[in-house]
Amino acid sequence: MSNYRQMWLDLGLDLEAHDALLSILGSAYQDIFLSQKNRPEGMKYFDFVMSEVHGLRIKELMDAKAAGRIVVGSYCVFVPEELILAVDGVSVGLCAGAEFNFEGAEEVLPRNLCPLIKSAFGFKRGLVCPYVEASDIIVGENTCDGKKKAYEVLSPMVKDLYIIDLPQMKSDIGKMLLKGEYLKFMAKLEDASARKITAETLKKGIEITNGKRKAVKRLADLRKADPAPISGLDALLVNQVFFYDDPLRFTASVNALCDELEERVKKGEGVFPKGTTRVLMSGCPMAVPNWKVPLIIETSGAVIVGEESCVGERGTQWLTDVKGDTVAELLDNIIDRYFQIDCAVFTPNPSRVDHVKDMFDRYNAQGVIHYSLQFCHPYIVESGPVEAALEKASIPTLRLETDYSQEDAGQLKTRIEAFRERIEGK
Amino acid sequence: MRAAGIDIGSRTVKLVVVEGGATVLTRKALTSHDPLDAARTLISGVEYDVIVATGYGRHLIKEHLGCPVISEIKAFALGTKAIHPSCRVILDIGGQDTKAISLNDAGEMSKFEMNDKCAAGTGRFLEIMANALSYTLEEFSKAALTAESFEKINSMCTVFAESEVISLTAQGAKRHEVALGIHKAIVSRSIALLKRIAPSGEVFFAGGVALNKCVRTLIAEELSRPVVVPPDPQIVGAYGAALHGAALAGEKSYMRIVRGRDGENNV
Repeated sequence: MSNYRQMWLDLGLDLEAHDALLSILGSAYQDIFLSQKNRPEGMKYFDFVMSEVHGLRIKELMDAKAAGRIVVGSYCVFVPEELILAVDGVSVGLCAGAEFNFEGAEEVLPRNLCPLIKSAFGFKRGLVCPYVEASDIIVGENTCDGKKKAYEVLSPMVKDLYIIDLPQMKSDIGKMLLKGEYLKFMAKLEDASARKITAETLKKGIEITNGKRKAVKRLADLRKADPAPISGLDALLVNQVFFYDDPLRFTASVNALCDELEERVKKGEGVFPKGTTRVLMSGCPMAVPNWKVPLIIETSGAVIVGEESCVGERGTQWLTDVKGDTVAELLDNIIDRYFQIDCAVFTPNPSRVDHVKDMFDRYNAQGVIHYSLQFCHPYIVESGPVEAALEKASIPTLRLETDYSQEDAGQLKTRIEAFRERIEGK
Repeated sequence: MRAAGIDIGSRTVKLVVVEGGATVLTRKALTSHDPLDAARTLISGVEYDVIVATGYGRHLIKEHLGCPVISEIKAFALGTKAIHPSCRVILDIGGQDTKAISLNDAGEMSKFEMNDKCAAGTGRFLEIMANALSYTLEEFSKAALTAESFEKINSMCTVFAESEVISLTAQGAKRHEVALGIHKAIVSRSIALLKRIAPSGEVFFAGGVALNKCVRTLIAEELSRPVVVPPDPQIVGAYGAALHGAALAGEKSYMRIVRGRDGENNV
């Protein structure tokens, strides 16, 4: 990695802290991912991506910038990648999945705040995230109160923070608001990139983004099989890399992985024995390197077969309709597509429960683990009614609330094991 | 056939051996800083054909004994079903965890709730508060029962509650009234957990804290529901684990594995 040191210095990273981060990340990756048994060969590509997540991929971003393209960083699936690609920009998800430099975050934020927000600030203030430093624009979005207020604090720390407002109700007025915001965002992107969005570039953006989505949908579909052809951890990793990687290369790599998994399914091969207890995850997103709960689940005798999450189907299940000859028509398609996302910031949010039930059936799951990040009020509050609705439909449900620390690993393991025992009814 | 269950809790290790449906041996020891050693000492000299581990230290024992493990939630469900078959609601307050478990009509575990990562409202909380008031655990419960009114304790964080207790006593609050306030705090928290999963029905109260008469009395009073405490509330988990072992041993293929391992399984 030493050949990247100058690049990291140029980006203004704190090299010592960054080395420490990479070393922790590397050993965690070894313990959590590389130690898994029966991994598909196709995961080697993602191992490579992770080993170069702060190296080669950043080099690519710098090369893109040198070639006159803009890099747009974001924290949410409501930021439309289609529009960024339509100005030939590079879209990257920003790091927010590790308990790194929380002391630094807590100098400017309250202690009792969602770990995802604290993590984003920990990375920024610790100068260890090359994606943040390489971004020409960072897009914030008004989802939960924690994020929207934290963006006010983040604003003076970054070069160009752009805020997208979001509706909270799925009403006509709500949709008009989203349309107005996406129109403004288009203008912002055109201005920053000095490129015009045309029907042709927008169509291309939609096609590239849909390609990624189709690939991860294909991957999701293969997880219906018993035995599961891929672990939940590896599938989560693919969904996490979705936000970072070059989209065309990502799509091709996921499809290659799926080709291999199709063979596995045909032969009845899997990562865990046939009959392993199957659970569906639902709730808050898990950003890299937040692998805590999936690791506990998959080392407690169960396999994760789907994620109803922003890093998962909530972020990828809908395609954008590519029909239309004008920018206006295509933009309407984009709005239709994003307006379906059933994030818990919406009230009411009934389609989310329907989606969880649908996934439970589709992936032959036997239970649902509802995952909430501590202090994430939208999901924590919604978890009660979601649990009640699922249990009413005879779907065993376990609600977990946790953060990025390891101190509750023992208690989580006890609950997860007991939940598996409940499902198995032994 | 003798089946043993060992429950490695955060404060106490419990061992129960059953044979032919009857409990033939019960042992307890403090967990100390070395739970594996505590468990070894407890097991030494005890004869059994199969052993099942539960409790927070279950995986530690599993590594050393190669024995099956079950979660303490399941162990409590199994133990309760055997001790008090008609009961459908369990409250277990142990050293560092509080658990509420509901059973279905067949007596199998259905829902459960557990406290979050801190030890608020658990046995350890009571120990620290007793200490802050210079009581032994026994005196603490007795004194609380003599109080006619109580000092409200607002914080459930062990650290904050301890400073709250100190500041109350510094203001001249009566010690036994503070003691009652602490007991009430732990009870209201446990009841909230319990009501989430089981709004009605008889409650089977177990775990080390069920030895505390003041907590028992307050739970019965505030729930207005029948509360049953078994003769030895600490061993319900170990007993459930032993019963699980006996059931496993009933499966022939399983016994072959266990017997085959006998030689290497001596701790």
